[in-house]
Amino acid sequence: MAGGKAERHGDHVSWFRQPGVLAALPVSLFLLVGFAGPLLMVIGYSFMPPRTFSLDQAPTLANYVSVVTDSYYLSFVWSLWLAVVTVVLLFLICYPIAYGMAKLFGRWANLVTAAVAIPILISENIRLFGWVLILLKNGIFDGTMQTLFGVSVSGLLYTVPAIIFGLVYVYLPFMLFPLVIGITMIPDALKEAASDLGASRWQIFREVELPLAMPGIMIGGILTFILVLGSLAESKILGGQVIVMISDDIESAFTFAQNWPKGSVLSVLLLALSGLIVFVLFRRIDLDRIIGRR
Amino acid sequence: MSEVRQPFLELKGVTKRFGQFTAVADVNLAISEGEFFTLVGPSGSGKTTMIRMLVGMDRPTSGEMILQGKVINDVPANKRPTCMVFQSLALFPHKSVGENIEFSMKIAGVDAGTRRKRANELLEQLRLPLDYYDKGVNQCSGGERQRIALARALAFDPQILFFDEPLSALDFRLRKTLEKELKDIHRETGKTFVYITHSLEEAMVMSDRIGIMREGRIVQVGKPHEIYNEPVDKFVAQFMGEVNTLDVEADGADRVKDLASGMSYAVAKMPAGFTRGNLIIRPEVMKIGKGAADMPNKVEGVLFNDYALGSRIQYQVRSTTTDMQWLVERLQDEPYEGGLDDTVAIGWRPEDSILVSE
Repeated sequence: MAGGKAERHGDHVSWFRQPGVLAALPVSLFLLVGFAGPLLMVIGYSFMPPRTFSLDQAPTLANYVSVVTDSYYLSFVWSLWLAVVTVVLLFLICYPIAYGMAKLFGRWANLVTAAVAIPILISENIRLFGWVLILLKNGIFDGTMQTLFGVSVSGLLYTVPAIIFGLVYVYLPFMLFPLVIGITMIPDALKEAASDLGASRWQIFREVELPLAMPGIMIGGILTFILVLGSLAESKILGGQVIVMISDDIESAFTFAQNWPKGSVLSVLLLALSGLIVFVLFRRIDLDRIIGRR
Repeated sequence: MSEVRQPFLELKGVTKRFGQFTAVADVNLAISEGEFFTLVGPSGSGKTTMIRMLVGMDRPTSGEMILQGKVINDVPANKRPTCMVFQSLALFPHKSVGENIEFSMKIAGVDAGTRRKRANELLEQLRLPLDYYDKGVNQCSGGERQRIALARALAFDPQILFFDEPLSALDFRLRKTLEKELKDIHRETGKTFVYITHSLEEAMVMSDRIGIMREGRIVQVGKPHEIYNEPVDKFVAQFMGEVNTLDVEADGADRVKDLASGMSYAVAKMPAGFTRGNLIIRPEVMKIGKGAADMPNKVEGVLFNDYALGSRIQYQVRSTTTDMQWLVERLQDEPYEGGLDDTVAIGWRPEDSILVSE
């Protein structure tokens, strides 16, 4: 570099000429325009009077009040409840599979990975409509049962269990793969040592495996929880009108109802809720300690 | 005591095969109570498989392992009254020092007060500060982690304590310190220790008896000085450290002929029925220069290298007749009087050499 003395030492270079700052500039601009801007606008709209399309009105809390008075909180409760149920089911289903993939299947683990990952390449909506054809009255499953056993199973579609099934089906990879990584990180010697010190299989699971797999469990759990909280297609396609999830309300407010402030207030509350949950969970569980960095 | 005691741990024809590969072949061994027994072998000799079977993490293909008169082949690891210190130590990274030490007691349902008291006793016995109780194991140094692993195993109060090369990753000085500490702990607790290592030197320092393993078999068992003075074959002798080894055959009464040079050397005592084998002479019994003049066995060679080994100096001498390179050692303060490139005589007394059959 042809620069003078000042540029030879990093601490003398003006901050905006530091390589780190310069390299971060494009992505910072992109985030500002594409992420922070819209987010601020949504927050702004949430304080505007109902059914307005500009940000220069006098701020009001009317929209926040209406969340309670118009019982929109029910959609929140449904979304939260379904998220909890889905995450618990996913954990119970995925842990054994992940354990097998990490420790038992050997070369076959790649096959399982492919089987789980390939459907992601197909649009979620198309896969869900596939399930509609299967679960529909006189559909593939019902028809097969009628033909083979003379039993009709017609009430499967448009129920809450159908929604939960769809959520578990769609978000399975997002729980499974973090769990595989979490379980892979547990050295076999630790489990052998626990066994050698008298621990039964269950005690090894509780005392060694589970706490050490916790980073993977946390990541899988938070990822799927947030995804379900923001999900829309499963409840619409497999659930019909049986329940309304919060994203459904948000979509209707912005499109059909043309009430941007209402949609904004619901979005802001959903964001705050997700943020709070993630923050609290990550604070409570000390990942560094579990991984052994401290 | 005159009563005949049955062995504490006995192995009868213990064999382990993995497919076509035999990792451990027909091992017979008896270890008595309170003994410090070390299995020594190079990597791949089967010693790790051996210890994994002993603690219950692998099952023998055939043979019996008998602990205090009971066959333990099918007893799972968590039901055996034995415990191991792992090569990786296998400390639980998510638990504190105290929780690691107390692990087996917690599993056994011992109450918190008793556990804490015992943990403190062990911290003290292993010269760890009491305030380490709440420290994370990954905040501790290598030597401290060794002691925590040992404390955790002792807290289990095992009938036999197994060690899978726990000191191999440490630097020389720390290893030496811990070897001595381990021997002290063995004396204080009076427990039976079974240790495996690839370092015969380490085994020598600590053990009451040593078993040498090679290719899945135990080739020699004995007290350290027996192994050192009377190795059964070239493998054991070379395992002890650098030695001069000659391929020889019998050459009359108490004499052997070196097959490479055709020279004849005197030996102190020819084993009965000896025909061919190896003559082994340790570098430290070899004489060089003036000292070699009146030796019954002599060789001439060119001194081409010298190494300082701390308390000793090692000289490399290339034979003038064969391509054999001899090793000769002298004490640091009595160096060879000449210099490099000298043609010198080296020699040894018949009683200082070891003759083993092939």
